[in-house]
Amino acid sequence: MGRIVIDQKRCKSCYICTQTCPKSLIKKSDKTNRLGDYMVEFVDPKGECIGCAMCAKRCPDVAITEVWR
Amino acid sequence: MQQVFSIPKSFKEDFHFTFCPGCDHGIAMRLVAEVLDELGIVENTISSTAIGCSVFIYDFLNVDCVEAPHGRALASATGVKRAQPDKVVFTYSGDGDFASIGLAESMHTALRGEKITSFMLNNTTYGMTGGQLGPTTTIGQKTTTSPMGRNKEYYGYPIKMAEHIALCDGTAFSARVALDSVPHINEAKKAIKKAFQVQLDGLGFGFVEILSSCPTNWKMTPEEAHERIRGEMSETFPLGVYKDITK
Amino acid sequence: MKSSEKVLIKGNYAIAQAAVNAGCQCYFGYPITPQTEIGEYLSGKMQELGRGYVCAESELAAINMVMGAVSTGVKAMTSSSSCAVALMQEALSYAASDELPVVLVNVMRTGPGLGYIYPAQGDYNQAVVGGGNGDYKIIVLAPSNVQECIDYTYRAFYLAQKYRNPVILLADGLLGQMMEPASFGEYPYPEVDTSSWALSGANGREARAIYSCAREEKKQIQHIQDLYKKFQVIAQNETSYEEFMTDDADIIITAFGSMTRNIKAAMNVLREKGIKAGCFRPITLSPFPTERINKLASEGKDFIVVEMNMGQMFKDVKYAINGKAKCDLVNRPCGEWLSVEEIVSSVEKILEKNYAASV
Repeated sequence: MGRIVIDQKRCKSCYICTQTCPKSLIKKSDKTNRLGDYMVEFVDPKGECIGCAMCAKRCPDVAITEVWR
Repeated sequence: MQQVFSIPKSFKEDFHFTFCPGCDHGIAMRLVAEVLDELGIVENTISSTAIGCSVFIYDFLNVDCVEAPHGRALASATGVKRAQPDKVVFTYSGDGDFASIGLAESMHTALRGEKITSFMLNNTTYGMTGGQLGPTTTIGQKTTTSPMGRNKEYYGYPIKMAEHIALCDGTAFSARVALDSVPHINEAKKAIKKAFQVQLDGLGFGFVEILSSCPTNWKMTPEEAHERIRGEMSETFPLGVYKDITK
Repeated sequence: MKSSEKVLIKGNYAIAQAAVNAGCQCYFGYPITPQTEIGEYLSGKMQELGRGYVCAESELAAINMVMGAVSTGVKAMTSSSSCAVALMQEALSYAASDELPVVLVNVMRTGPGLGYIYPAQGDYNQAVVGGGNGDYKIIVLAPSNVQECIDYTYRAFYLAQKYRNPVILLADGLLGQMMEPASFGEYPYPEVDTSSWALSGANGREARAIYSCAREEKKQIQHIQDLYKKFQVIAQNETSYEEFMTDDADIIITAFGSMTRNIKAAMNVLREKGIKAGCFRPITLSPFPTERINKLASEGKDFIVVEMNMGQMFKDVKYAINGKAKCDLVNRPCGEWLSVEEIVSSVEKILEKNYAASV
């Protein structure tokens, strides 16, 4: 059981995290950032996140600001 | 639940990276910030900043910084360290700054065994000016000044800094790491910490060459760029620890 | 060597020991004739005192090491000569913009290019106008004897920290290599508190960044204007010059640095010949004593500029006179200094020419 917090102000839509999450819990959202790109969101209705923090470690903008496990 | 990841305290409040999407500078700076946190040295640290994308480190890190002209960061850092031997001093440069215009300063700082820690981001191009051929551009790589690709007869060869710095007798630690994957990022952090530790222990010059992506100038997606680091770039610039006098 | 006793000492050693007395914590340098003795002297001295010394890999590195050291609030300096000072121009522009108290000693030799090791005064423009980019100004002090090498080295360290501005001590090969009696005394200035801006680690305060790049146009405009205003204050407070028999003079001979020595001797000869000559010598070449020269010109005194270059200070004197009086040049590009006899005969020729023209 885990969870993450995404700071959407920092997200630049590089989508590295969407391909890093082993459970595919980070997805493109329908919200856009200042550049007009679709930002990511954390979607985990079944509580699958294991709090591995791989997404946070690879995020180049520290947009994933918290990981809990 | 327990928090296993948070923003390093060594970052300024409300910092916002100004790098392109997917640029690995952000990861490298975060690792430096995490290490400064873990070693508890941020309040005792002074950095000499370089020119290029790396210069903006003074906007993000909660560290005293003095700007140096292009290529002169290690000379400036030497001045800081000689004036304040008790401070922790580090530089954070790109490959153009460290390995081209500043090569003399980089090599001699290592040869003198200055108790300084230096990081060089190797993204095989001059990023801020729009992707020109640099000292680390790989054979065959297309840039705006090697439009047909780097041909070794015409342009010569890329420089391998981690190996060169390791050959200097004043170097205590020299390693090449990459930021393309989680295991590599973990290794990178260990190397960054070690490069600071040899300074703290007064052993000599600590150096880490960090292979990082420049998706914008490579004209690749972030994942494609990381794929390039794992492939062609790692073949030219093999990862590993090239010198560690503590072992 | 801190007493008021006179010692016989070479100019380069005098500058080096004065830097030690001034509390210079670090010296960084690269060899070049005719200033190498400064680095040689300090290499041992600084180690002995537990201070910093680096045989830098180049002059570029040397002056950037100084910038790093002074950014932490200590006094530091480098020394070099003409063609190698040319390499440092980028750093001087940075240091002026970063407001770093860099002290640079230039023991001038001949140019352009490699030139040779003859003494010369050809770096007046390099020091005063500067070879770096953008709008910036350096404080330039010109000693004329070994005693002044000591006194102005002290002053250079003080002014650099007081105004957070680079200072050049503009000596020449003649001064660097000659021996004269001089006394060191004590460093005569108060210590300047640098704690409000110097880098010491962000302990209990916000992190500080010293840099020259404002990424907003308005801020950059403000920054340049602030630097300009600061230099106006420097000009008001620190402009200095020496005058000798100018009160009743009809003709004022002006020179800077060690050239002044022969001028003073020539004046006695000219006075004996019934020519009312006076001597005016700028001590700060930047800020230049423009107002004082203008005042003297307004009193009807003509000027003759004597210098060992093709007329670099001559332009500034003419600008200061602003058409109010005559201004002539007596010069030689480099080598043996103009002798007293040569100066006297040149002055006589100029006076004849000017007198003939006015009749």
